[in-house]
Amino acid sequence: MGNLLAVAVRAEAAGEQTKSYLERLFSSDGFHAPSIDEFFPPALLWEGTIFEFNRIMLIRVIAAAALIGVFWFVAARAKVVPGRFQSVVEFMLDFVKDQIVEPVMGDHGKKYLPFLTTLFLAIVFFNITGVIPFLNIASTSLIGLPIFMAVWVYVLYLGQGIKKFGLGGYLKNNLFPPGVPKFVYILLTPIEFLQVFILRPATLALRLAANMISGHLLLVLCFGATQYFFFAASGALKGMGAVTFAAGAAFMLFEIFVALLQAYVFVMLSTVYLNMAIEEEH
Amino acid sequence: MIAQTLLAAAEEHGESEVSGADLILPAPYDLLWSFVIFTIIIVVFTKFLMPKLQAVLDERAELIQGGIEKAEKAQAEAAEALEEYTAQLTAARAEAARIREDARVEAATILSQARKRAGKDADRIVDTAQRQIDAERKQAIVSLRGEVGSLATELAEKIVGESLADDARQQRVINTFLDDLEATVKAEG
Repeated sequence: MGNLLAVAVRAEAAGEQTKSYLERLFSSDGFHAPSIDEFFPPALLWEGTIFEFNRIMLIRVIAAAALIGVFWFVAARAKVVPGRFQSVVEFMLDFVKDQIVEPVMGDHGKKYLPFLTTLFLAIVFFNITGVIPFLNIASTSLIGLPIFMAVWVYVLYLGQGIKKFGLGGYLKNNLFPPGVPKFVYILLTPIEFLQVFILRPATLALRLAANMISGHLLLVLCFGATQYFFFAASGALKGMGAVTFAAGAAFMLFEIFVALLQAYVFVMLSTVYLNMAIEEEH
Repeated sequence: MIAQTLLAAAEEHGESEVSGADLILPAPYDLLWSFVIFTIIIVVFTKFLMPKLQAVLDERAELIQGGIEKAEKAQAEAAEALEEYTAQLTAARAEAARIREDARVEAATILSQARKRAGKDADRIVDTAQRQIDAERKQAIVSLRGEVGSLATELAEKIVGESLADDARQQRVINTFLDDLEATVKAEG
């Protein structure tokens, strides 16, 4: 079977795309293995400059517009006695408040609640574009956005910690946690340094991006194979298409779950880091 | 096997100027657009949308809180009224008991006073009657003494047929007679 696929791929490599969109929709020009090129689509505008605007940037703009649009709609009509749609939106706000911020930070969290809620909603909307037809790629699967969000959180927790304890106090709190025998600091301090200054923001960004990248590759693999099996393969191999299609559908549901889960994880960890920075004692 | 073949094919196929490292090293345009889009979201949400929604949530919380407080106040008032009512009832009952007790005492006093007065009256009546009886008896004795004396004298004169001229002797006979009579009466009671 592997040989068959390889042959098909080789054959199609030379093929040219002169068919219309509709024709291509119901045919296959061979199997396209998903590659990292997926995440670097051709530029739509200003190619080669820092303003380069490609399909993923467009999807980010669409997701942001949808997010702001939905909440603007609700906020403009927000009533004391909520309607159904407002209830759903309020459920999301309450989720961040009741499930993440209050259990972790208690009353200190009030100040950071608007930011953390916005962060959660933004990540959900950016992630979910990965399973929305015609968008089909998570805005967060390109590392820039996760890095930017992680940096924002990083600056926030460093800033809040230093504001509260002063630079020296903050470093002492975090690099020399109290209640440990002195000689342990030889081992502990470098680890804590790595944790606070490098690992926390880096893992925040990488975890989110890696999840979205792998999710996208899985979906492309499943549906790409389905397209190939249905329209290019012959005989019994067509049946394989049903299997890959079912797998794709299952992964799609899984990706919805992952989109929400990763938003939760990102915000939960951000809240924990923030709390660690401003906590009196570890 | 499949995956390897596919990957090999893909590498052949793509003219790939992107490498795996690009997945974790952001391109400048990526960072720029991330900055623009995310900043817009954060600003719009934290400056406009969240305060608006929060205001509505706060207003609702206040309404509920107000309602709860109102209910609590009403309940407290009801409890207070009940307490007051119970206190009043207790006081009224005590008052009634006191009045009954007073009445009983007063009735007893009146009764005993009446009894005493009645006793006194009875005594006085008896006394008066006794005295009257005594006076009448004395009067009767005096009158009897006079009448019986003259009657007896007359009788004796008639029987003896002679005048008892000697007054002194006459008087002595009468007195002796009357003394005997009186002794007889006394002896009889």
